[in-house]
Amino acid sequence: MSIDHSQVPELLHAYVDGELDLVNGQEIERHLRTCEDCRRIEQQIRALHEVVTSDAPSYRAPAHLRRNLRAALRREAKEPGRGISWPWLTFATVTVCAILLLAAALFQNTRATQRALADQVIGNHVRSLLATHLVDVASSDQHTVKPWFDGKIDFAPEVRDLSNDGFPLAGGRLDYLDGKTVVALVYHRNKHPINLFIAPVPAKGDTAPESINRRGYSLFHWTHSEMDYWAVSDLNQTELRHFADLLAR
Amino acid sequence: MFRLTEPTRLSEFEKQILPHLDAAYNLARFLMGNDQNAEDVVQEASLRAFRFFESFRGENSRAWFLSIVRNTSFTALKRYRSDEANVVFEEELHGGQSHEMDAGVAIDRAQDRETVRRAIEQLPAEFREAITLRELENFSYKEIAGIAGVPIGTVMSRLARARRQLQMILSKTYTK
Repeated sequence: MSIDHSQVPELLHAYVDGELDLVNGQEIERHLRTCEDCRRIEQQIRALHEVVTSDAPSYRAPAHLRRNLRAALRREAKEPGRGISWPWLTFATVTVCAILLLAAALFQNTRATQRALADQVIGNHVRSLLATHLVDVASSDQHTVKPWFDGKIDFAPEVRDLSNDGFPLAGGRLDYLDGKTVVALVYHRNKHPINLFIAPVPAKGDTAPESINRRGYSLFHWTHSEMDYWAVSDLNQTELRHFADLLAR
Repeated sequence: MFRLTEPTRLSEFEKQILPHLDAAYNLARFLMGNDQNAEDVVQEASLRAFRFFESFRGENSRAWFLSIVRNTSFTALKRYRSDEANVVFEEELHGGQSHEMDAGVAIDRAQDRETVRRAIEQLPAEFREAITLRELENFSYKEIAGIAGVPIGTVMSRLARARRQLQMILSKTYTK
């Protein structure tokens, strides 16, 4: 006998269900002829099948389910946005709209803040020229200007002389921007003064100089090493961009 | 597959899938255990089947539809009662581990429909599924394997264990 007795009971189910291949089926039949226990199990499986199926225990779909389903299918077939249920679609639409509105509001807000700051920068620049109060420390030496700020502010601005590039340093002073004390460095370009405002902006990535034209002034704004920079002058935009690019590097 | 216009898709679906609504309901009813949940599951599964109808390749619409009903049911079951999932645990509880269709246990041949239904409903979900698909819907092992997403060997052993438990439940010695 090639089939072990212990394997037979499980295989008997497949045998009774007609799921065994011919070779295994014949093996089982041979075993059944000699093994009364297995024969009894086979009869039990067949008897169970009879009992389970004799009184038609299967459930049938109720008529109202069939009706409701047909109606639901018709609705589904008409819907253009099929694949997503209406509540979900509505929810998704509302969410997306809310996010867009919020983003637009934030963007508007940022733009408005930017414009307001630009106006302040220009105001500072104009005042510095009118009051002949351009610099508190007059020096073209960066090593003189930088230490002057020590103890007056709680950050250390980078002070660079750009004489070799045609933008000699004229000096520095303290100024106010957006309600905070900021550093103002003054450079010259062919008698045109340039005000460079520097204020710390923690945890903000570097941005390239961005040009803003307001009230006939050229402005550039950029962020570099967690410092916000505003350069303002009545210089033409190309020359001021050159200046900004030198510092933003 | 070719793209169907909506009216064609609907009539094709009604022609190919809706004839199996009784089989779908029967499976869902035995899996879910009550009319309301079964109806919800069948409705949900049918709409899902309709949405995915274009992915149906046209071989075996009854098995295709019932696999969706089956998956919808098990998802719902997990939601309703997480204790349904553990077959092994349930089987040990029912104590049918050692004897294969114990020849000494005779089942009462005069069982009525409700007794049989209640007996099937006492089985763990995977066994209810195996019994319903095999004994009541006459699916082949291969088809059941496809519907339940398990190997044929698993279908065979589940069916053997399910029948063993069912026999225990139906036998007089077990119930008395």
